Amino acid sequence: MSNPVTSAALFALPLVVAGLFWLLTLRERCRAGVGASQGFVHRNGPVIATYLVVAVGFWALFMIVWPLLYMVDYSFHRKLPPSRRGGPADVYTLENYWYFVYGSTRVFTSFNWIHINAFWQTILVSVVITIANFAICYPLAYYMAQVAQPAKLRALLLLLIVPYWVNEILRAFAFLILFGTGGTLNAIMIGLGLIDAPIDFIGANVALYAGLTYAYLLLMIFPLYNAIESLDRNQIEAARDLGAPWWHIHLNVVMPFAKPGIASGCTLVFMLVAGSLAAPLVLGGPKTLWFTPIVYDRFYQAFNWQQGSAYAIILLLTCIAFVMMVMRIFKVSLSEITR
Amino acid sequence: MSADVELDNVTIRFGPFVAVKAATLKIRGGEFFSLLGPSGCGKTTLLRTVSGFLHPSEGSVRIGGEDMSRIEPNKRPTALIFQNLALFPLMSVAENIGYGLRVRGVAKADRLRRAEELLALVALPDQGHKRVSELSGGQRQRVAIARALAVEPKVLLLDEPLSALDLKLRQRMRNELRAIQKRVGITFIYITHDQGEALTMSDRIAVMNAGVIEQVGDGRTIYENPETAFVASFVGENNGFSGKIISLRDGEATIETPQGPLTGRAGHGVAAGQAATIFIRPEALRLARPGETPMLGAQLVTTTFEGNTTHVFLRGAGDKPITVSLGRRDGDDIPASGAEAPLVYERRDGLVLAAPSALA
Repeated sequence: MSNPVTSAALFALPLVVAGLFWLLTLRERCRAGVGASQGFVHRNGPVIATYLVVAVGFWALFMIVWPLLYMVDYSFHRKLPPSRRGGPADVYTLENYWYFVYGSTRVFTSFNWIHINAFWQTILVSVVITIANFAICYPLAYYMAQVAQPAKLRALLLLLIVPYWVNEILRAFAFLILFGTGGTLNAIMIGLGLIDAPIDFIGANVALYAGLTYAYLLLMIFPLYNAIESLDRNQIEAARDLGAPWWHIHLNVVMPFAKPGIASGCTLVFMLVAGSLAAPLVLGGPKTLWFTPIVYDRFYQAFNWQQGSAYAIILLLTCIAFVMMVMRIFKVSLSEITR
Repeated sequence: MSADVELDNVTIRFGPFVAVKAATLKIRGGEFFSLLGPSGCGKTTLLRTVSGFLHPSEGSVRIGGEDMSRIEPNKRPTALIFQNLALFPLMSVAENIGYGLRVRGVAKADRLRRAEELLALVALPDQGHKRVSELSGGQRQRVAIARALAVEPKVLLLDEPLSALDLKLRQRMRNELRAIQKRVGITFIYITHDQGEALTMSDRIAVMNAGVIEQVGDGRTIYENPETAFVASFVGENNGFSGKIISLRDGEATIETPQGPLTGRAGHGVAAGQAATIFIRPEALRLARPGETPMLGAQLVTTTFEGNTTHVFLRGAGDKPITVSLGRRDGDDIPASGAEAPLVYERRDGLVLAAPSALA
């Protein structure tokens, strides 16, 4: 960044992007011919249009593309003292990826089971939590979208949203209070005489899984609610009139219709659970294996940013591949989700 | 195959609002029965009660003699055709038609065969593979009918299914619906606010107003012998002249109206001195010939020629609008606009009915 040319290029880039977009709209308008729907610039006015494009371009570039590219680049480098960076030893290498697999950058005889297990367990548990989330949210979203009266709907929405005004980490601590050995749940169960000694919910990961399930509930409910809400009520009644029992209607009429909503909700929740950090750090027990704290440790305990980057990219790519595969199986396209 | 539908004193309330008031009705098996009334009269509510989506606050519904009060919509021998059809957009035409059979566990090959048979019945052969969105309005209509018939209901309920179609198609579908009903032989209960539809298709009609069934009868009876002022004015065009009954003799009543005294048949339950309305159909009125004693004074406003009939719009005393429909041969000597055009009618074509307020 100290290089004035680099900084100039950095700040000019968004402007270049804006110019490119502007040219694109021009091209589109020429293609569509006169009298076609108005272009982006024409609809918003030149000042606002430029602002929007620059702001979005700046944001996308500096917050998303640039850091990600840096990470990709980092992940293929060795950890070197600053003095040797850029020197002859600073070559592109797969060492950081080999470390994930074998637990060493040189000896490839035994696998790095701790990290690999944690990785797959994270993916597996994320899948289970996503499914649990769907199971919790679908009935609720259906109720809100098709059954509830407006007054009840407003109350429900408020009840759902208000807890999320509290910070994610504080919410995780609330679960700690709820599930701890001296916590509310144990106190109640002992008080009722259900158990004699407190159960270690934290050690058994119950607290973590419950916390993770709760953390991204809203991101499942709202896409589901939106999708189900646009379903014509008559279709549900028509199916019922034709003799369908309730489960058949949900499976064959409501869910296929709500598929884009289901897909986007599940994608969001899965990605965020697999990548969540606060809940595993706060609610994880001593034996908990979750991948993101390991990535975190690479960065801030081992101070090996290169290795951390490699780990983060492994997680990111696996999650993307997994989501793509599931979408392929359920025949949902990306454009449907973003609709 | 078909079944009677009996409504016994059915009242339906939504909070304080009474949507249907003590409706008692016996619809015979195999009948094409219409519920006719303006929007908001409670006819759709009544239909939803028969199909099971609503439960009567009082009274009971019986289908084929069996009490339906504990039977859910998916277990009733009825099939409903929705106003917007409610076809499943993500399923093909054949899948739509086969849905009810799929629910009943019928094998796929059998479902497809049945769908093809039904498509042939509704004159839409070889369209089973298409998406619903690829069909025209009239074709969707037929698919909805086929889908409802697939589950072999004893009673088919139709909630204004033709209202979304254009006029030409609507008229063709009327005949077709009637023909389908004759072929399958099941009871049809048809809801409409269009009296033309009700009159052309139905074996019998129930006219509803404000949650009350005003009259039940075949089309001719409803048209020629309406029992209430509402039926007289709602079914077909009518000229109504309100006033007070001044004499009642030999089945004829004379009422004093702002347009002068008018005499006609005494309708159901009228009494001397009562507020009443005399209804004279536009086709029962004609222009008085020279020398004839005029019965109703009027001034001609305008004339519209419609081929087989000519509608003459006039103004009686107190700016009362009057419509006269003339056949082709009567339409020859129509006076110019603004001219005096006294009218005559046969006394038996006038019908005196108690005013709605007098009934209450």
